[in-house]
Amino acid sequence: MFLAAFSAVAITLAIVFILFYESLAFFEHVSIFEFLTSTQWSPLFENPQYGILPLVAGTLVTSAVALLVAVPIGSIIAIYLSEFAPHKVREVVKPFLELLASVPTVVFGYFALMVVTPMLQTFMPELPGFNMLGPGIVIGIMIIPYIASLSEDAMRAVPMAMREGSYAMGATRFQTAVRVISPAAISGIIAAYILAMSRAIGETMVVAIAAGQQPNFTFNPTEAAATITAYIVQVAMGDLPHGSIGYQSIFAAGLVLFLMTLAFNILGHMARQRFREVY
Amino acid sequence: MQEQKDIKRLRALIKRLKFNDYVFSLVGLICMMVAVVTLLGLFTDLLIDGMARLNYDFFTSFPSRRAAQAGILSAWVGSVLVLSVTAFVAVPMGVAAAIYLEEYAPKNLLTAIIEINVSNLAGVPSIIYGLLALGLFVYQLDLGQSILTAGLTLALLILPIVIVATRESLRTIPREIREAAYALGATRWQVISDHVIPYSKGGILTGVIIGMARAIGETAPIITIGALTFIAFLPPIPFTGDPGEPAVGMFDWLFSPFTVLPIQMFNWTSRPEAAFLINAAATGVVIIVMTLAMNALAIYLRYKIRKNIKW
Repeated sequence: MFLAAFSAVAITLAIVFILFYESLAFFEHVSIFEFLTSTQWSPLFENPQYGILPLVAGTLVTSAVALLVAVPIGSIIAIYLSEFAPHKVREVVKPFLELLASVPTVVFGYFALMVVTPMLQTFMPELPGFNMLGPGIVIGIMIIPYIASLSEDAMRAVPMAMREGSYAMGATRFQTAVRVISPAAISGIIAAYILAMSRAIGETMVVAIAAGQQPNFTFNPTEAAATITAYIVQVAMGDLPHGSIGYQSIFAAGLVLFLMTLAFNILGHMARQRFREVY
Repeated sequence: MQEQKDIKRLRALIKRLKFNDYVFSLVGLICMMVAVVTLLGLFTDLLIDGMARLNYDFFTSFPSRRAAQAGILSAWVGSVLVLSVTAFVAVPMGVAAAIYLEEYAPKNLLTAIIEINVSNLAGVPSIIYGLLALGLFVYQLDLGQSILTAGLTLALLILPIVIVATRESLRTIPREIREAAYALGATRWQVISDHVIPYSKGGILTGVIIGMARAIGETAPIITIGALTFIAFLPPIPFTGDPGEPAVGMFDWLFSPFTVLPIQMFNWTSRPEAAFLINAAATGVVIIVMTLAMNALAIYLRYKIRKNIKW
């Protein structure tokens, strides 16, 4: 049983080992400096360029769009569910949110390509079929339940006495929610945002289907651009021989992705510890 | 005079604040409705698109170059086989790990490291598991791009989910039950196998179902290990085979190439012909119905357990 429990550590170690092992082979061919500063990523072309920046930019743009959609809507839903909604509504909506959070991402990719992008094109006729805006919005919709559910948990955890104190002073529900409950639950809420961000960064299928496959160093969400995850999928779909530089490059890209999500997860963890209000 | 003015101002203030309150509750309701209605709208759209292909033939045909004759036979068989490998590995390992952490583990640095690791693993993007499997299972252990590799990969992926759910349900068992059993002279293992596990069975089952529902829809890690997208045969059935040739071994299917439902959908989505998009939508409906059914079952179980608690 100890072995089974220890497997969790073993998996982490294996992930780190494999990523570093294959990336090291990659960095024998490519200098780390070029990898981090070049703005061209074309490892499969005649004249290969290995700059991770375009992929990182694509990842950040889609995630930013997703957060712009999910943070306001998710927070409002959380406040509404926690402070306003009648008990019965909450009992129905919470499991429903959980259900939505479990819908497979490949289905959301289909939506981004087939529904959201054509809808956006009616407003913006010059929008290309592959773009970062549509997938970003869809990822946003996808992580709304995540933010709403986590923030709501944090707000429910605020002791009833604080709510009652605020009401006794004559505050309305809205004032209580914004000035008392939200500050008290801020650690949990920020952690929810950060974890949602890390989720958006690691999201694969939506962007692989709908954001395009061409690495493109741009911060304009209406253009097509590949993300780190989309690149990995694109290479894995093709049949690259084991040990080739293209094969190694997906591990280097994976390492960057792993470090990015790890940084956000640690930040989220710290936020939860740091801003914890003692009551 | 002054007093009346004050009262008037106060009343205006209260009215404004109450109005704000009202406005916000409306905004909240609208936001919730927008999220729910958008998603329902998307699903309806998927259903309408895919409805035309959802018939018996769709489930019993292999993928084909002609969209109208293509089906998901190899995909759903692949999904079922991969998931059975996943369950076979993840359930015993996850439950054992949870029991160890909850009942046996001493409070020391190693235990703390294990616990941090479990929660961190839940935050690792699924495609990273795919890279791990590609490097480790496919090339280092030489298992190939097989059902076994995919099953193991998904097992690692859902392990944290099973562990966390099991621990939570173990934790709800009151101390007194354990103490009563110890007082009657039961050993630690007897307490666990005769009391702790039976009482937490429902909770464990819920966690396993949620984990499996997640595994059905996972696409990225399986693409990364290199599952094929065009499979027009089924894995070999044990103890059969053409006469004259050696019979198929019992575990040969584990090493067979395969495809799964989400990959089939991804493949059809990325084709330019509109006819294949209808197939993709139909496959999407099948996947969604499967995951939602499993999750609904889990939520129902949780609800029922909460009602039937014996203490």
